[in-house]
Amino acid sequence: MLFFLMLVLLAVAFYYWGSQKASLIQRKTGSVLAARPAYYGFYSAVWAGSIGLLCLMASSIFLPYFTYHQTIAEIPERVFRDTNLTPQDFYSLLQSSLTSSFSQISPIVPQDIWDEFQHLLQKWQEIEHYAYIMILLIGTMIGGWWSKHYIRTDFRARPAVERLVKILLAACASIAIAITIGIVLSLFMEAWRFFDRVPLGEFLFGTEWSPQTAIRADQTGSSGSFGVIPVILGTALITVIAITIAAPLGLMSAIYMAEYLSPRQRSITKPVLELLAGIPTVVYGYFAAIVLAPLIRQLGESLNLDVAAESALAAGLVMGMMIIPFVASLSDDALKAVPNSLRDGSYALGATKSETVCRVLVPAALPGIIGGILLAVSRAVGETMIVVMAAGLAANLSINPLQSVTTVTVQITTLLTGDQEFNSSKTLAAFALGLLLFMITLSLNIISLWILSRYRQKYE
Amino acid sequence: MNNTMSLTQTPKKLRQRLKGERRFRIMALVSLAIPSSFLFFLLTYIMYHAWPAFFHTYISLETTTTDIAPLAGNDGAGPDYRVMIRQLLEKNLAINPTSSERRELMKLLSPHAADELRDLPPPIGQPSSFFIDVRTSSLVDDYQTSGPKDSKLSDNQRQWVEQLEQQQQIKTSLDKLFWSKGDSREPEEAGILGSITGTFLTMIITLLLSLPFGAAAALYLEEFANKNFLSRFIEININNLAAIPSIIFGLLGIVVFLGFFDLPRSSPLVGGMVLSLMTLPVIIIATRAALRSVPDSVRQAALAVGASPAQVVWHHVFPLALPGVLTGTILGMARALGETAPLMMVGMIAFVVDIPAKFTDPATVLPAQIYMWSDLQETAFVEKTYAAIFVLLLFLVLMNLVAIIIRQRVEKKW
Repeated sequence: MLFFLMLVLLAVAFYYWGSQKASLIQRKTGSVLAARPAYYGFYSAVWAGSIGLLCLMASSIFLPYFTYHQTIAEIPERVFRDTNLTPQDFYSLLQSSLTSSFSQISPIVPQDIWDEFQHLLQKWQEIEHYAYIMILLIGTMIGGWWSKHYIRTDFRARPAVERLVKILLAACASIAIAITIGIVLSLFMEAWRFFDRVPLGEFLFGTEWSPQTAIRADQTGSSGSFGVIPVILGTALITVIAITIAAPLGLMSAIYMAEYLSPRQRSITKPVLELLAGIPTVVYGYFAAIVLAPLIRQLGESLNLDVAAESALAAGLVMGMMIIPFVASLSDDALKAVPNSLRDGSYALGATKSETVCRVLVPAALPGIIGGILLAVSRAVGETMIVVMAAGLAANLSINPLQSVTTVTVQITTLLTGDQEFNSSKTLAAFALGLLLFMITLSLNIISLWILSRYRQKYE
Repeated sequence: MNNTMSLTQTPKKLRQRLKGERRFRIMALVSLAIPSSFLFFLLTYIMYHAWPAFFHTYISLETTTTDIAPLAGNDGAGPDYRVMIRQLLEKNLAINPTSSERRELMKLLSPHAADELRDLPPPIGQPSSFFIDVRTSSLVDDYQTSGPKDSKLSDNQRQWVEQLEQQQQIKTSLDKLFWSKGDSREPEEAGILGSITGTFLTMIITLLLSLPFGAAAALYLEEFANKNFLSRFIEININNLAAIPSIIFGLLGIVVFLGFFDLPRSSPLVGGMVLSLMTLPVIIIATRAALRSVPDSVRQAALAVGASPAQVVWHHVFPLALPGVLTGTILGMARALGETAPLMMVGMIAFVVDIPAKFTDPATVLPAQIYMWSDLQETAFVEKTYAAIFVLLLFLVLMNLVAIIIRQRVEKKW
């Protein structure tokens, strides 16, 4: 952090240096520069900054090795023998003994060994720190100094700077690609390791999900079963409940707002509805778990029904409420995109408002509405907090909305929160589920965006 | 009159159609009313339940200067404030308890009460008899707020509390600890300052990362990019990123930020980085909309007087689009503020007592705090959960209000 701050400060200094130098040349020679001095300054700053950054990056690769070798060289050989550690392991434990607050780093090695050698590491780390600063300073100086070759009257600094800026902006835009690649790669890599242990067929078609593996390897029943079907079924059940609530209510709200309300009334109603989408999902989850689930349970008991404490119905109902605004606002857009000529034609034939809506507007806007509903489905599938708080953990193979079911997102969170080592099948299973979730939502998004864009073209 | 005449005269078919129209209209109105009333119910319910958590019950004990003259501690290390406060309580209740009763008596007070006494300024210039307010334990506080129905007070304790109440020595005032403490296992000592600070630190990182990169990406796509394969590919990516479930970003955070870059778990730094991945597409989309709304005449006028394309954007288009960019940013940040799932993945859901001071300290955020408290059964924690929800919603409303004000006051309508 400090280094980047220094880098920026030095670049700013070179900006002033470059622009001063440019205006000095202009005054001295009396000839006109090809661009305003500030552009030369910017050019100098870019040179200084980029060379400095390069040096910093290069030194961050080799300086840690330097520190490692210097530190290890000063530790007597017998220490490694006594502690039964390789120099590499000893070094990394020594490092963590500096940063972590736990008194016991490794149960085999007594604390006083760390106390004895910490100052060594600290000394060399301090030297490393100063080396970084020196390298950064020298690199920036060289870069800035080099840029003076460009500060002359016939160098067209402005187009050069603008080209650089454009490249910089394009690089920023490419971050979106980098993020997507990052997601795909990290999910694939971890899921790959999972499928090394659990075959893909068993994962996709198995009907039992119980990832609770034993803590010690010699315990019986140490390998859990990873069949994803009940988890998928649970997700589908809750999503279906949510959509059955949200699709009609959202569509009808959109119709009422678009066709029956005056623009002034709509400008009040729409933000209220959008507030529903803005409420954090943890709030919905708490409401579903604390208020709605017991209510449904009492209601079920009075009707002599067997209702689970964490029924799918409670989670689905609240999730339905949450996604109403998505359906409503996308349906609203779709209805508004229907040309007025269709509306007027229907009225001219004597149709009432409801007939116009049901027989003309909704059929005409259907692709847009379906696209909107699909987006809402993808949102419901990926929703986490509501189901984590209101749906169950046990993977029941059931489509009874009064039973407790589990979802993909619930399983991911339970597998990854809590203490366990990073390489067990259990944690890797979470990434396989994540990959599955990513695939499902991605295909839903692509289909819905495709429908929406096709539909938009139709009326343009 | 005329109207009903015409209705009675209309043929049966038309009457049915008009009836159908009315029915449809009512159905549509009802379906709009359901989510709106749900929202209304949710908000009032939260406010109603959050209210008690902002207050706490205190006992104001009558004290004289000699009472709190320093007592010699058991080991001579200084005054024993626990003994001092117990003796004050005994004196106020005018009782002489046995040792088991003493233990019961001390349970009336918060474990923090002795510390409060210690931090009291020396009683110089006070009248010989004055009152000090002592914090009660959550037992007494629950008894005061929710009544004797499911109180855990023993008979003795209830009698003492009633006696104090009759002497008008029980009072309710604003709970300062709720705003000035981190999380705690003791319900009466748990506060939200820790999680608010964590949220704040996380949001700073998110803003610093997503605003510059998002604005730059939008500028490139809207103003500079040729319509080629690369720009179309970037667009598809951005649209997809905006619709990816947030938990997936958490998984990315585990593998890349925690695994590959080895950044500290549970830190606002990692949390902010993960959230900025989610906020980035929101800001890009909002900025592009803002840039698109700047009319072309502005660009053409600037080009006509000899500005370069970069100057057109930098001197004219971007400043004009800035209010739109800001509203988009605030709305994106508001979404990030309520996000829990990706932060759970990178370990920001943790029991953190200390208030984080650095970006690399372990921290938790407000929604995560709500999630953690939601599992606890004590009445005081339930209240605090609602109160934390209330505070979170308050932040969201404030941010949205600022966005609306910017949109209406500053943003230009072309």
